[in-house]
Amino acid sequence: MTFGTRLRLRLVLGVAVLGSIPAAEMAAGQVAVRGKTVYTMAGPAIRDGVVVLQDGKIAAVGPATDVSIPEGMRVLSAEVVTPGLVDAHTTVGLTGIFNQPHDQDQIERSAPIQPELRAIDAYNAHEELIRWVRSFGVTTMHTAHAPGELVSGQTMIVKTAGNTVGEAVLVETAAIAATVSPRAIKRERGKSPGTRGKLMAMIRSDLIKAQEYRQKRGAVKEDKTPDRNLRLDAFVRVLDREIPLMVTANHVQDIDATLRLAREFNIRVWLDGASESYLMMDELKAAGIPVFIHPLMVRAFGEMKNMSFETPAKLKRAGVALALQSGYESYVPKTRVLLFEAAIAAANGLSFEEALGAITRDAARILGVDDRVGSLEVGKDGDVALYDGDPFEYTSHCVGVVIEGQVVHDKPR
Amino acid sequence: MGIQRIVIGLAIALTSGACRAQDNHFAFVGARIIPIVGDEIERGVLVVEDGKIAAVGREGGVSIPAGAKRVDVSDHVIMPGLVDTHSHIGGIGGADGSAPIQPDVRIYDSINVLHSGFRRAVAGGLTTLNIMPGSGHLLSGQTVYVKLRGGKTIEELSIRGEDGEPLGGIKMANGTNSQRAKPFPGTRGKSAALVREKYVKAQEYREKIARAEDDPEKMPPRDLGLEALIEVLEGKRIVHHHTHRHDDIMTVLRLAKEFGFRVVLHHVSEAWKVADEIAAAGVASSVILVDSPGGKLEAVNLIHKTGRVLEQAGAKVAFHTDDWITDSRLFLRMAALGVRAGMSRAGALTALTLAGAEMLGLEERVGSLEVGKDADFVILSGDPFSVYTKVLETWVEGQRVFDRDDPQDHLHAVGGYGAGDDLAPYLCCFDDGGNQ
Repeated sequence: MTFGTRLRLRLVLGVAVLGSIPAAEMAAGQVAVRGKTVYTMAGPAIRDGVVVLQDGKIAAVGPATDVSIPEGMRVLSAEVVTPGLVDAHTTVGLTGIFNQPHDQDQIERSAPIQPELRAIDAYNAHEELIRWVRSFGVTTMHTAHAPGELVSGQTMIVKTAGNTVGEAVLVETAAIAATVSPRAIKRERGKSPGTRGKLMAMIRSDLIKAQEYRQKRGAVKEDKTPDRNLRLDAFVRVLDREIPLMVTANHVQDIDATLRLAREFNIRVWLDGASESYLMMDELKAAGIPVFIHPLMVRAFGEMKNMSFETPAKLKRAGVALALQSGYESYVPKTRVLLFEAAIAAANGLSFEEALGAITRDAARILGVDDRVGSLEVGKDGDVALYDGDPFEYTSHCVGVVIEGQVVHDKPR
Repeated sequence: MGIQRIVIGLAIALTSGACRAQDNHFAFVGARIIPIVGDEIERGVLVVEDGKIAAVGREGGVSIPAGAKRVDVSDHVIMPGLVDTHSHIGGIGGADGSAPIQPDVRIYDSINVLHSGFRRAVAGGLTTLNIMPGSGHLLSGQTVYVKLRGGKTIEELSIRGEDGEPLGGIKMANGTNSQRAKPFPGTRGKSAALVREKYVKAQEYREKIARAEDDPEKMPPRDLGLEALIEVLEGKRIVHHHTHRHDDIMTVLRLAKEFGFRVVLHHVSEAWKVADEIAAAGVASSVILVDSPGGKLEAVNLIHKTGRVLEQAGAKVAFHTDDWITDSRLFLRMAALGVRAGMSRAGALTALTLAGAEMLGLEERVGSLEVGKDADFVILSGDPFSVYTKVLETWVEGQRVFDRDDPQDHLHAVGGYGAGDDLAPYLCCFDDGGNQ
């Protein structure tokens, strides 16, 4: 049962107990949002706009002069209203606040290639960091096993609400996470992959194995079909282009290797990190590969040493599809805040609406969940964020967050 | 004096063929000036001469000397250069793994002044820094106070006292970072005991020296570590103390009282729980704000209101980058986050400048735009607390050390190919892969 259905069921039960009730009471417990400026991300911003949420969905959106708020609805008002934010890539929920072994399920070190690991089996819906990022407007997260092993596991898309992962989940397996970078290379002698060349040989071998497995599984004679193999099953979904391979790569040569891999196996790829992607814009555009750009406040050392605050603007101008992310943090702070990262992009060449798009509509579109989230349009999920000023200004606050029509945060943060 | 200077200037101009007088004599006109001491000036004038602030005031209220090069900075903002009480830039290495307390180690001996971190720091508007060893020891060595002047050696950057010696403090830590396998302590009680034992030794060493009355026969053998601790006991060297949890903070206050050392509390994630006690002790706090709590047990209760709570309790507050923990280019942002959580605007601006200067004992020289102080300042494109504001120029002692219009400086300000280098940070806990 999803977060939304549970809420709707609760409302239906309420009606059943009360019997026939007036419209005003029907509206009770439901929410409308009013903003001096409403960025729907599906058209121009609306001055003095209203978003009416019913049964967890957006029932109406438009100027206050055109859209009336049903009597009895709780009305949240703010200077600025946006769609609930969509984090293109994080590890929150698998990663916990304490940074102790018991709450760090984002990486499994026992083998370099483990696509069978599912994020849904590692997600703690009660994790404190989820509440933290939610209080800054995030309502949808693509959360995953961390970069750090060649193939670290499956990713998933969740809402930042819900008592269990079952209630939170939107897409159970969104992608397979891979790392084509020095992060996945072992420092200990004798361990593989120990070099870039070996790393590519290993993943190519496994994808070829999966091709053969797919062929044999499809064989006519059932007694000739190989036993199920969870690991190869996962890769087959990538080969079938059902799900993409999300590849973390930063240096030019690693981005280039990723493009080679995409061509050789004709697979879908989401490029993650991409600190030197400003040197590969034409290639990325030609390959049609979208980019989840690293958090802009990432520390500028190691493979991030040549990161640039202007990468989002450069990629945007070049016509590369992009989204922003909070990423993975191994120390302090334990997660970054998506809103703050987009702010740096907005201050360094992206327009306000382009930066907002990179954490709402565009992220949802790349993730394939734009039928549900990422913009304020009738029929989409009632996920809304409210602010007391320019959301990107350091001194503004996120003052309200609504997920599927339910207010989950209503204090200035 | 003024005439004398003009005469000298003319003489140089005549001999060199260039107007050299203007190289060290400027009048910045038209900017909103935030002097820190005194009210903000809507359209102000800042006169700089020979590396010092010669005048500051309202346009029309300050005469612009004839020899000064007039620089129109209308629509911009000028504030003092930022003071960072806690930085780790320079590819540094302090104490090693041989012992938990190593006061003999000087960070001075390990700094790569050509490290890209220094370029990022001036791009962020920083001018005065306390560069420190890490927090993986109870005492990880002597820190150094530097000015971000141009230069390629630490000798050129270090700030010196009246005796010509480089100034610095001492770095200490408690809580979880310094609790490790032997020979490091395993508990908080043991941590404090080891520190007390060492300071008692320093007290005894000082007494032996006093009793010797300069008689070389009676002098104890030299001990570099204890010599540094005597400077701490005598208040010549400030203790910069990493401490997060409320009980760890109280432990620092207790030790400072027992041994009478001058201490600045650094990080203080849980200062909001013991703000009244900190204020009552008259101890200053240098706060770090990061984007989320956690990452280690002692930072789980880190929140953005720390600056506000300390300010309201009447305690002195500065901010620091802890670079690499936060990027020096975004130092203004940290104070803005303080304002976001309720800190006063004036308090947050002071926390970036004069309060930090006081915590380094440098408030006579830097931290505010006052006549006679070092001409360390930044020119901003707008309000210091706006995300859209850029640091346009950074000046140290009357010399421009960062110019956003310069292509190389711009590269370091925004990043890009060639902006970084391969030096890994000297800190305990990073792993750019998975688990720490």
